Amino acid sequence: MNLRLHIWRQAGPSAEGSLKAYDVNNVSEHMSFLEMLDVLNEDLIGKGESPVAFDHDCREGICGSCGMVVNGVPHGPERKTTVCQLHMRKFKDGDEIYIEPWRASAFPVTRDLVVDRAAFDRIIQKGGFVSVNTGNAQDGNAIPIAKTDADRAMDAAACIGCGACVAACPNASAMLFVAAKIGHLAALPQGQAERDSRARDMVLQMDAEGFGSCTNHYECEAACPKGISVEFIARMNRDFVNASLKG
Amino acid sequence: MKLNANIPDGPIQQKWDKHIADSKLVNPANKRKFTVLVVGTGLAGASAAATLAELGYNVHAYTYHDSARRAHSIAAQGGINAAKNYQNDGDSVWRLFYDTVKGGDFRAREANVYRLAQVSTSIIDQCVAQGVPFAREYGGYLSNRSFGGAQVSRTFYARGQTGQQLLIGAYQALSRQVGLGTVTLHTKKEMMDLVVVNGKARGIVTRDLKSGEIESHMADAVILATGGYGNVFYLSTNAKACNVTATYRAYKKGALFGNPCYTQIHPTCIPVSGDYQSKLTLMSESLRNDGRIWVPKQKGDTRTPDQIPESDRDYYLERKYPSYGNLSPRDIASRAAKQVCDEGRGVGPGGLGVYLDFADAIKRLGQAKIEERYGNLFEMYERITGENPYEVPMRIYPAVHYTMGGLWVDYNLMSNLPGLFVLGEANFSDHGANRLGASALMQGLADGYFVIPYTIGGYFAQGGFDKVSSDSAEAKQAVAEATERVNKLLSIKGKRTPASFHRELGKIMWDLCGMARTEAGLKEALVRIPKLREEFWRDLLVPGSGEELNQTLEHANRVADFMEFAELMVTDALHRNESCGGHFREEYQTEDGEALRNDEEFAYVAAWEYNGVGVAPTLHKEELTFDNVHLATRSYK
Repeated sequence: MNLRLHIWRQAGPSAEGSLKAYDVNNVSEHMSFLEMLDVLNEDLIGKGESPVAFDHDCREGICGSCGMVVNGVPHGPERKTTVCQLHMRKFKDGDEIYIEPWRASAFPVTRDLVVDRAAFDRIIQKGGFVSVNTGNAQDGNAIPIAKTDADRAMDAAACIGCGACVAACPNASAMLFVAAKIGHLAALPQGQAERDSRARDMVLQMDAEGFGSCTNHYECEAACPKGISVEFIARMNRDFVNASLKG
Repeated sequence: MKLNANIPDGPIQQKWDKHIADSKLVNPANKRKFTVLVVGTGLAGASAAATLAELGYNVHAYTYHDSARRAHSIAAQGGINAAKNYQNDGDSVWRLFYDTVKGGDFRAREANVYRLAQVSTSIIDQCVAQGVPFAREYGGYLSNRSFGGAQVSRTFYARGQTGQQLLIGAYQALSRQVGLGTVTLHTKKEMMDLVVVNGKARGIVTRDLKSGEIESHMADAVILATGGYGNVFYLSTNAKACNVTATYRAYKKGALFGNPCYTQIHPTCIPVSGDYQSKLTLMSESLRNDGRIWVPKQKGDTRTPDQIPESDRDYYLERKYPSYGNLSPRDIASRAAKQVCDEGRGVGPGGLGVYLDFADAIKRLGQAKIEERYGNLFEMYERITGENPYEVPMRIYPAVHYTMGGLWVDYNLMSNLPGLFVLGEANFSDHGANRLGASALMQGLADGYFVIPYTIGGYFAQGGFDKVSSDSAEAKQAVAEATERVNKLLSIKGKRTPASFHRELGKIMWDLCGMARTEAGLKEALVRIPKLREEFWRDLLVPGSGEELNQTLEHANRVADFMEFAELMVTDALHRNESCGGHFREEYQTEDGEALRNDEEFAYVAAWEYNGVGVAPTLHKEELTFDNVHLATRSYK
């Protein structure tokens, strides 16, 4: 198939960006979306032009590196699928495709489609862990954990930290990301000792980073490649209120 | 050079305890005076950095990713082994040790493997305490499944995302230390070189991938946890950025490279679909618990799988290896797949594929159960191929997955260069010539959480650490060399992209140094690789500058090292006149096509010393002695 791409080009964080059009021909339906961009980039390099910068690594949908807005939708049209796992059979000959970076003030553009997501790491550093030094642990089977609790923890822990939730939200809120970590650890007995401080400190850091708040659009859940439920945001709000009341 | 593995005396069961008891300690107040650089933030690197910081050392951690959580450990699917014997099925530290030595085709160091099996149980405890959501049974206790090369169920898992969950656990432990100010995290910094001062590893040179700044960082010890070199084949299950640069640069600075020819070809990957293919995707080995592998009995059978009756199918693993069946070890299952495809019985486009069929399991357990066990893997398969594996069998083919070789280390995980420690896939130590499934995660975390925290103290306690700064002649020279190299890559301005060179190198390696190797083929590779390398340095095209985010330049820098490393790998494969594990030389096989080892001449670790680009490296041997395991022909029949 032959396609026309409109890609956001921006030379650096402070440079002005714009959409540029490129034609890509003879695209196979078995290609992944990123392989289609590889073909474009090989062509651009060959012509001595600057290739399109985009983050990617595992190309298996798990590392969370990749992410771009495809035709207005983070990670593109296929539900619960990262853009590296999106395949060209979802498109048809003659399509025009608009490709842009995540847009949020807390995720400044580094170059083209690459954004800086260090804010997510700083939020985790405020409490997204269990404070247990190596060597402290008792036997792994010493505390039975109900399968439903373990499963819920896993549902939340499946987050890959890609930032699609922020890109999808009209408020550029990071609440689904933060709630996923708080919800993962709050579902387990190991997470109880620091449950209050974790919820409070992570939410405060989220605000300090300049992410917006949730106004119940649920765009984040729709865009999440791992299908993480907004139910975790409700749980996080309850934990945050609890922690705040305790002071 | 005399290689001393520094294996403690005494019975194998007591070596590690004795070593800990005999090791000198560093006073808690003195620990913060020692600076450790940890390169890589995967399972081994993140766990080491976090644990060393907990102990009080001054730690700096480096990753070329934008976040420590992106390391490729995250992609491991199936599980992590541990000798817990929760299933009451006869497992023990001894059995895990034995299975691992045998699985590695008797080419691993016994003492290291025994320690690995010993600490495996503590890893599970530690990860549970961190909140890793391992799969559980309804009673609330931890669940296990089986993996290849074992007849017990000792694999712990978190759906099909075990690597992700273990890495997030280590990442969170690391993040906690970053928050406490005990670890300084350097993201988007790629190691370009090792700085050696007075024979000791004392620092690294990094390039900032956003600004292009090249600088040195000095310390008292350097830990490399930089993963494997599977991407020398271009197509592999490794992430796109995985590379050999850190370990290869250390090799060029005097560290020995152990067993570079030992590479693992994983039997269950999604077949190549076209020339544009950028990487290969693994389908977890855990699928072989319930999936049955088969091809048509007759070659050229073009019927769709549902039209081929049972009597016309060859379940070749079950036929050839009845006691392990579909759970035969990876090297054996891969070679068997290659054999049936070479016979013309392969399926799918090009005939490079075999079926992995779940029809029987779905009939026996119901679709819901299969979905619970492997749902995310089935979804991934469908996304990539457009076929629904609940209805038609998966098509799979072997692909490069893991590299058992790596920098040579002693029992303390220290290389021959004092102060240079190497952990995880980057070292050569525990898997011999073939790694068993679910053992990579075990080794990465064993090295980081439970080995290096003990052994690095013994090194520091020896004393003799003069202050060195970035102003030292050695550091300045390493920075100058790295800068010159970047400028050289940019200045060629030829016609070919780094990716096109990488593909061509990968094809040479896959054809001539892949699943089956011959003397003639390897010799041909030794002619073709230097030619390609010469063309690379003459006709490379890298647009842009070195003072900005330049992903083409990053790739070119990594490919440049693969161009030299490939020759080392082929040299090792050519010298090892035997077949063992993942190293299969066609000249050395039994009558029924199994690997034929030569223990008389090759029961050693081949540790190579660098002599210059294009100059033959010097071979050093660490003889392997087997005092506890009887050297036998590996049989899974």
